[in-house]
Amino acid sequence: MSQSDHPDPFKEARTNTGVQEIDDQNDPVAMVLRLKDVRKCARNWETYSSQARAGRIVVPSEVNIRDIRQVPFELDPPLHGEFRQIMDPWFKRPLEEGYQNALREQIRTLIQAANNSDAVEAVHDFSLPLQSRALTLLLNVPFEEAETYISWGTHVFRSEDNPLDAGKAQVLYDYIDQKMDEAEANPGDDLFSVLLASTVEGRPVTREEVMGAIVLTFAGGRDTVINMVTNTLAYLADHPEALERLRSEPEIHRRAIEELIRYFSPLTHMGRVATEESSVCEHAVKKDSRISLCWASANRDDTVFERPNEVVLDRKVNPHISFGFGHHNCLGATHARTILKILIEELCENVGRIQIKDQEENIEHWGPFDRKVGYNNIQLAFDALTS
Amino acid sequence: MAKITFITQDNDTITAEATTGTVMELAVDNGVQGIDGDCGGVCSCATCHVHVRPEDFEKTGGPNDIEKDMLELDDEVSEYSRLTCQLDVSEALDGIILKVAH
Repeated sequence: MSQSDHPDPFKEARTNTGVQEIDDQNDPVAMVLRLKDVRKCARNWETYSSQARAGRIVVPSEVNIRDIRQVPFELDPPLHGEFRQIMDPWFKRPLEEGYQNALREQIRTLIQAANNSDAVEAVHDFSLPLQSRALTLLLNVPFEEAETYISWGTHVFRSEDNPLDAGKAQVLYDYIDQKMDEAEANPGDDLFSVLLASTVEGRPVTREEVMGAIVLTFAGGRDTVINMVTNTLAYLADHPEALERLRSEPEIHRRAIEELIRYFSPLTHMGRVATEESSVCEHAVKKDSRISLCWASANRDDTVFERPNEVVLDRKVNPHISFGFGHHNCLGATHARTILKILIEELCENVGRIQIKDQEENIEHWGPFDRKVGYNNIQLAFDALTS
Repeated sequence: MAKITFITQDNDTITAEATTGTVMELAVDNGVQGIDGDCGGVCSCATCHVHVRPEDFEKTGGPNDIEKDMLELDDEVSEYSRLTCQLDVSEALDGIILKVAH
């Protein structure tokens, strides 16, 4: 196995039973592992609800550390759809030329700094600032705000040593409260102002709902994007031939983006709460118990994907569900894809070679499964492209 | 060269021509409302769903299993559903009419 590989820990359970029950703070979760089952459950919101107690559909559960409902993520239709109608156009802004030009400038600056250093610890000194700066574009706030986001570390919600740190979440809530105060006093063209001026169900969106939507924007796109960027750098370091191919065949970039996102599956899974007795793969699901939709396992399902454990850069048919599936599909997907697109283009343009000097893997533990999701730290040496 | 017509949910009619690429790319390049092609054409996002005019279905043919699995879970699926990212532009598609599903 090479350093940039992400093995599939789910294969045996996916093949044999299709469901694996794990404990989570005495609120067990039945992980659904096969692609078709995950898609069916994701679509069936009437049986598998997202509108449970705030924090409960997240694994590990956040019910003990927050009361704020994340919006529209922890809502079911029809209110969910009303919020998506407001938020979807905003989250498509990454397709605009001006947005992409600004993002390109941000990413190029980071790459040039890496080229000029002996080595860079990519998680904290490349991916974290990249994600934080890009977030200023998504929120449409001044670039300088990124310094605050960088100071929060790789998780906005969690300390490095405590996945459920309520004190840390409070820092984010206080920041958002302050930004909402500013937007109310002096509305601008940032996401805070836009949401505060919106209506749902024929009434104004509440401050708590805006809080929930902004928290989601911070939390959903944090470690996921950081891992996606870091893992891509590690992969290209480990596979110099892939960087050369991307450089000579720009027409495969869009497929390569989807393939890297499939292979890395930055979010392992997401929960739902059963509203009635049900079953998945003959596994009984009790009313008010939890299942999780395991995107990471589904994306390696060999009944759907040929050579599922290989990165096939030009994979033509790739029905992955790294961005979820159905009406709750990832709101930030366009932003994430745009980041990866520009990152790859700028690496092709500016970097001859990347080398891994040292790394420590970030392994998640879910019951019997140990899953590599990225790196706690990774030292990379960039060599500028010499023409 | 194939001339392909898209009818959107708002009943706008857009006819566009191409010789290569996919029907999804043709639609996106011509700003057809309701065809987003978020995943770039790898059959992952289902944002390029159309209903083929029944008499044109012979020209497009039906979906393969992977595409069928995607379509089955779409609220607007019909027996004439296709994902346009899985349709390569060719002479054979000249003159077809596609109704955008969303």
